[in-house]
Amino acid sequence: MAYLELNNIYKTYGQGENTTDVLSNINLSIEEGEFVAIVGFTGSGKTTLVNLINGLIEPTKGEVLFKGLPVQGTSHERGVIFQNYSLLPWLTVGQNVYMAVKEAFPKKSKKELNTIVADYVDMVSLTPAINKRPKELSGGMRQRVAVARALSMKPEMIIMDEPLGALDALTRGNLQDEILNIWGKDKRTALLITNDVDEGIYMADRIIPLRPGPNATLGPEFKIDIERPRDKTEMNDNANFKETRNAIIEYLMDIGDERKSEAKAEFVLPDLSPKDFVNQFK
Amino acid sequence: MKQSITLGKVTKFMGLGVLSALKDLFTGKLEKKDFKTFLRKGVVPLASILLFIGLWHMGSTSLYNIEAEFKIEKALNDQGPEAADALRTCMASGDSSCQPNTLPSPSQVWESYKSLLRDHNIISADKAAFIEKTADLNEKRIADGKDAITYTGRPSFVDQIFRSLQTVFAGFLLALFIAVPLGIFIGLSPTIKSAFNWFIQIFKPVSPVVWYLLVFMIVKTLLIDSNEDSSFTISFISVGLCSMWATLVNTAMGVSSVDKDFINVAKVLKLGNFQKIFKVVLPSSLPLIFTGLKITLSVAWMVLIAIELLAQSPGLGLFVWEEFQNGANDSNAKIIVAMFVIGIIGFLLDRLMLTIQNWVSFDKTDAI
Repeated sequence: MAYLELNNIYKTYGQGENTTDVLSNINLSIEEGEFVAIVGFTGSGKTTLVNLINGLIEPTKGEVLFKGLPVQGTSHERGVIFQNYSLLPWLTVGQNVYMAVKEAFPKKSKKELNTIVADYVDMVSLTPAINKRPKELSGGMRQRVAVARALSMKPEMIIMDEPLGALDALTRGNLQDEILNIWGKDKRTALLITNDVDEGIYMADRIIPLRPGPNATLGPEFKIDIERPRDKTEMNDNANFKETRNAIIEYLMDIGDERKSEAKAEFVLPDLSPKDFVNQFK
Repeated sequence: MKQSITLGKVTKFMGLGVLSALKDLFTGKLEKKDFKTFLRKGVVPLASILLFIGLWHMGSTSLYNIEAEFKIEKALNDQGPEAADALRTCMASGDSSCQPNTLPSPSQVWESYKSLLRDHNIISADKAAFIEKTADLNEKRIADGKDAITYTGRPSFVDQIFRSLQTVFAGFLLALFIAVPLGIFIGLSPTIKSAFNWFIQIFKPVSPVVWYLLVFMIVKTLLIDSNEDSSFTISFISVGLCSMWATLVNTAMGVSSVDKDFINVAKVLKLGNFQKIFKVVLPSSLPLIFTGLKITLSVAWMVLIAIELLAQSPGLGLFVWEEFQNGANDSNAKIIVAMFVIGIIGFLLDRLMLTIQNWVSFDKTDAI
């Protein structure tokens, strides 16, 4: 039995004539300790998929199984790193993390909780900024706080929704390494949603493209057989990397072309002609 | 990092930039590039104040002349030329018994202001003397278990101001304690919202006078056994009920429109309801709540005058009404003094709320 299983998931928004089918027929299974990346265009329903897995929304049809049990609402076992950081702006870095730790370990004393907070803030090397508020931090620092907050709850699975999407290339690279380090330490299961194929290949064991919505569905999976720890510069010369990368990009490009040709649908205009105004007023 | 608090920072924080512009002028720190800003922020307001006083003076002079001519004409028609001449000389001599009753000039208002202050000094001296005189007697009376003798003389203008401030703050606190919790409940639950919506929509536009009458009907009966003067209770409750709507509506809106991201965070962290409200919903709606409170305080101050006047509760409203009824020579000038005092205090209260709002809200750019 897989660790996380999605069986025939359908998700539609709206009712009656205004329904939009966002996801259809999604099947996915993730094993324990695996790092899976889902790659897709923006607006293809990635965030909807994430929210289904972390329990913020429920599927219209189908079921999400986590450790064999259906997902009902959110859980501390699945930590989420949101796309837009979602830090509370009125709390400091430390308080943001503390709030999560306190919810995850309600029985621990204040001193123990503070130690955990300090450890995780240190892990993302933000100790000097622990008393700062999010708006005083750069985008990269904010995202590191979000990472610390998600991990401090010691989740069994980390779900990341385009966590590095808004960052510049350099910060992005550093944070990728940091996340991989943390993941490598205790081999938690991880699901990464991204729009960057290179990021997916660098970080994941398996890449699954998401065919864009409406009616988004998962494409064929690509295994990444590159030894860890991976090195970015070496990877660029790795034949395996090049092959996989090209295959995925080609696949995504094909989908793009398909969609373009679909978009050329014919629009039938109603048969109308202007009224004869001139004769009307004679 | 050491943070120093300078006059400039404080005044800017409170929205009183003109003060720091004036300070720069006097300390000679004004640089050429700041000159335009100084002109705009310092000179222009000053010039417009002078222009205002000038126009006021001209207006009051012409009103005085219209009134005087009318009176003399009337005397001439009714009582003959001698009476008219007598009236004219009387007016020219500045005798207070025959002055035309119209809009007072700026200088008259300034004189009245000074006389009100003198009056205050006399009354407070009198009060201090009274307290000193009765100190021993009061000690004895309290020892015997009797009530102390209190000063029952007429309140001065300054006393009236403080009395009005007391009423407005009591009303404001009442509004705060009713509107904020109720607003939170309405914002959180659509059921409560639909239960209260008609109530808010109907009672929000009701005039202060009607609120006063309603409160009067209820409080009068409730305090039927008490010999105490209920006018203060009635007026502060009316002020609170009139002014609470802005806070109620803003709180409800702030609470119901919390950023979805924050709600998602609360869900993912699995915060309990109590935690969710106090750690996420309330902090994120604080800016809107404070905008509401700011409006509430200024509305409270505005309706206070009318309500004090109706309730005969001591304060600026009653002062204005009594001066109007009094019809003494300087009554009109005193009313204008009260008008300026009311305006300036209202402005200061607004700044006070803005300062608190800037201080508590997490995003300083939100403050208006």
